[in-house]
Amino acid sequence: MTVNGQPRAAEVEPRTLLVHYLRDSLGLTGTNIGCDTSSCGACTVHVDGEAVKSCTVLAAQVAGAEVTTIEGLATADGLHPMQQAFMDCHGLQCGFCTPGMVMAATSLLREHPNPTEDEVRLGLEGNLCRCTGYHNIVKAVLACAGGGA
Amino acid sequence: MSAIGTPMKRREDPRLLTGEAKYVDDIQVPGQLWMGMVRATVAHATIAAIDTSAAEAMDGVFAVYTGADLQEMGLWGAPLPCAWVVTPDMANPAHYPTAVDEVHHLGEIVAVVLADSRYRAADAAEAVVVDYAELAAVPNLDAAMAGAAVAHSSLSTNHAYHWPLVPDPDALEAAFANAAHTVTAEFVQQRLIPAAMEPRGVLAVPSPYGGDITLYSSTQVPHILKVMVAATTGISEAKIRVVAPSVGGGFGAKLNINPDEMLAVALAHRLGRPVRWTESRTEAAGSTHQGRGQHQRIELAADAGGKLLGCRVHIDADMGAYMMLITPGVPLLGSFLYTGVYDVPAFGFTCDGWFTNLTPTDAYRGAGRPEASYAIERAMDLLAAEVGVGPDEIRRRNFLGGGDRFENLTVASTLVFDSGHYGPNLDRALELADYDGLRAEQQRRRAAGEPVQLGIGLCTYVEICGLAPSRALGGLNYGAGGWEHAVVRMLPTGKVEVVSGSTPHGQGHETTWSQIVADKLGIDPADVTVLHSDTAISPLGLDTYGSRSLAVGGVAISMACDKVVDKAKVIAAHLMEANVDDLVFENGAFSVAGTPAASTPIQAVAFAAFTAHNLPDGVEPNLQEQVTFDPPNFAFPFGTHVAVVEVDTETGGVRLVGYTAVDDCGTQINPLIVEGQVHGGIVQGVAQALWEGVHYDEDGIIKNPSLMDYLVPSAAEVPSIRTDSTVTPSTSNPLGVKGVGEAGTIGSAAAVMNAICDALSPFGIADLPMPASPQTVWRAVESARATTGGAS
Ligand code: FES
Ligand code: FES
Repeated sequence: MTVNGQPRAAEVEPRTLLVHYLRDSLGLTGTNIGCDTSSCGACTVHVDGEAVKSCTVLAAQVAGAEVTTIEGLATADGLHPMQQAFMDCHGLQCGFCTPGMVMAATSLLREHPNPTEDEVRLGLEGNLCRCTGYHNIVKAVLACAGGGA
Repeated sequence: MSAIGTPMKRREDPRLLTGEAKYVDDIQVPGQLWMGMVRATVAHATIAAIDTSAAEAMDGVFAVYTGADLQEMGLWGAPLPCAWVVTPDMANPAHYPTAVDEVHHLGEIVAVVLADSRYRAADAAEAVVVDYAELAAVPNLDAAMAGAAVAHSSLSTNHAYHWPLVPDPDALEAAFANAAHTVTAEFVQQRLIPAAMEPRGVLAVPSPYGGDITLYSSTQVPHILKVMVAATTGISEAKIRVVAPSVGGGFGAKLNINPDEMLAVALAHRLGRPVRWTESRTEAAGSTHQGRGQHQRIELAADAGGKLLGCRVHIDADMGAYMMLITPGVPLLGSFLYTGVYDVPAFGFTCDGWFTNLTPTDAYRGAGRPEASYAIERAMDLLAAEVGVGPDEIRRRNFLGGGDRFENLTVASTLVFDSGHYGPNLDRALELADYDGLRAEQQRRRAAGEPVQLGIGLCTYVEICGLAPSRALGGLNYGAGGWEHAVVRMLPTGKVEVVSGSTPHGQGHETTWSQIVADKLGIDPADVTVLHSDTAISPLGLDTYGSRSLAVGGVAISMACDKVVDKAKVIAAHLMEANVDDLVFENGAFSVAGTPAASTPIQAVAFAAFTAHNLPDGVEPNLQEQVTFDPPNFAFPFGTHVAVVEVDTETGGVRLVGYTAVDDCGTQINPLIVEGQVHGGIVQGVAQALWEGVHYDEDGIIKNPSLMDYLVPSAAEVPSIRTDSTVTPSTSNPLGVKGVGEAGTIGSAAAVMNAICDALSPFGIADLPMPASPQTVWRAVESARATTGGAS
């Protein structure tokens, strides 16, 4: 598979989850694990451009796919506009939900470039945050959409 | 420009936003062993037998230890600590990291597996077979009080302690005898799972030849943990280093001294191998302490005009199976706040603590204070109805100081409130929420008999934070002080390092501290680096809980800056050949009053202090000062929250459609961070009112341990929040700051339940249990319709 633009290959136990492959084998620890029931979204990454909870797929299932993790978002020019919007709007506190939230939000905007507040809230339903009360996360996503990201 | 009061963006964010930040589970060490926990699957039983043979035979398994094995190995110097023995006769059954003969709650550790990978440790733990001889369990508070079963075979009763706070019993008696109105209400504070998004995790790394050990822990309290590791394992305190790397939220759940932490340290130390463990979410329901768990009875006495005469409160508190770090003290933290923001001449509070066969309770966001605020704020609405006035009016009639500004006011619970100004705060909240407009809309819906009714709920809360004056804690028999430590050091190049004893886990300490230092030293905030959360870097500290960081730790930093300036001034005077008393310090430079052109920047003084070539006699080189601040009093933030709900009287569905919060946390350093704290706190309190609660069955088994069934709200369930603030500086510290970490949670559960009950008042429904699920609401409406023929 390709991870953040780089070809990666490894022998792993067949049962290895994508999230453990990314974290433990590749050392890409930005993708977090917040639950064991596919409920929290902390592990959200992009697989072939779509937001996927990486704790729900086996690493072997995405062999050949293009995976983007939070580490692959910022460029030499700086933070991705969504990351910048989260920072500008104080859309994070402890930051644990944040990588998943940002990955989910970027994919949300790809599908709905100009969402309403309700669409943002519904679109992020699969990502839990215990710190922010979501107010500033929603604000960040709307700001990013407004900014034409 | 002043940095204090500016909504500066957080310097913490880039590393958190890019995945660069390291949480405990992100840190990998060669040679590490993974712990797999074998946890009790029953709530109360004796351990008849444990068969570890299958697990031991598995690939990659290094060892399997039962509780008995660990006792035999002599790993424990003492049981896990309870730092708050609230009464001399409090029952406190020994709590070791692993059960030996008897298990007392679901999730208690009975054996540990060490293996060479995450997966293998989990597999091996599952392969351990434990044979339990079940004992009758105490699955809830009612059963604990009934006493048919006893939670610990070593105890004769479930009663743990009785704690009274009745300053004047005769006056209290008289208040109720003379009352024109009385209100009695009972509330249940259901157990809650704190559910910080980062599960707890530990990694203990020994240096077998050097003899020291480093514990990485997802903790709020590295300093307290260090002391307690020494006490529990017997390892010399001086050999222990505790590091809290990035911590993904705490909310109180990470301020404990946990079995898993002790196991990791003790085994790593004994085996000379790094040992680690990361909690799974479902495991956490049993392995991390829970919050709340109280039955409350509150009685109010008032005169004919609704003016309060007395307030009497009794709490039965569910300790769970063991006294953890501050388990017994949590209700006491609330005890002083049951009279809220009101002038109540007579007050009495009693609390009984009870053991159950459930996961221990301990601090959860607000710790005792949301419970207190809930009881008094719900009861005030009941009193309003009894007296026949609006909820805003009953509050106004009873505000301390008549709603006017006051300072250092002694209240009935014997505390001295630092400052308050409640009237304008309520005014502002009602205005911002368009209270009159909401009431009009409510009337319209009522008159039209619409199925979806509107409810408006107020909560005018006060909280106690800035924990704490050490003497006050001593008076409550708490096992530690409440000071905080800070070091401010100017480096040769003029940059500043701040060492903070309080430990962030999402609050943005680095940003806020840099703002304080920037203003105090007249420098750019970007020139300030904040060091924290590692006992090797910050050896003195009492950590982060109880909204104390700013009001104690931030103040310590500000005072240390003052000392730096004082010393720098002496050096500057020497360099400038001026009289110290003639120098002024402005915008980061010293000058002789009246001649600002000839000035010496503090950075130049720092360099001179470093080279030490030309210092006045008796002045030590370097520019570094430390302060340990022990606050003279607590701080008492307050605020008004207005919740607006739509209640569907046909389905029982409740939707929070609006929320307004006007908080007063004294002087604000960073309004952006203040607002964020308020937002998050509010949603946690709303969640208690509407969705969350641990369901135990009659055997003490948790029915909703995972995030699939334990309803932590998502963005889709909550609205945007309207916030504003008033500013009434604290008199408890020179910055005038109070604290805001818990305020949201302390105001919101009551506001939401007041709103729901307001919506349903035409049905004669005065109270509902939390969480107000659709089923609960629907049943209440149906039974009201059945008995009264129904309203609207
Ligand atoms: S860790 Fe994947 S959804 Fe929670
Ligand atoms: S920022 Fe802490 S969980 Fe979202």
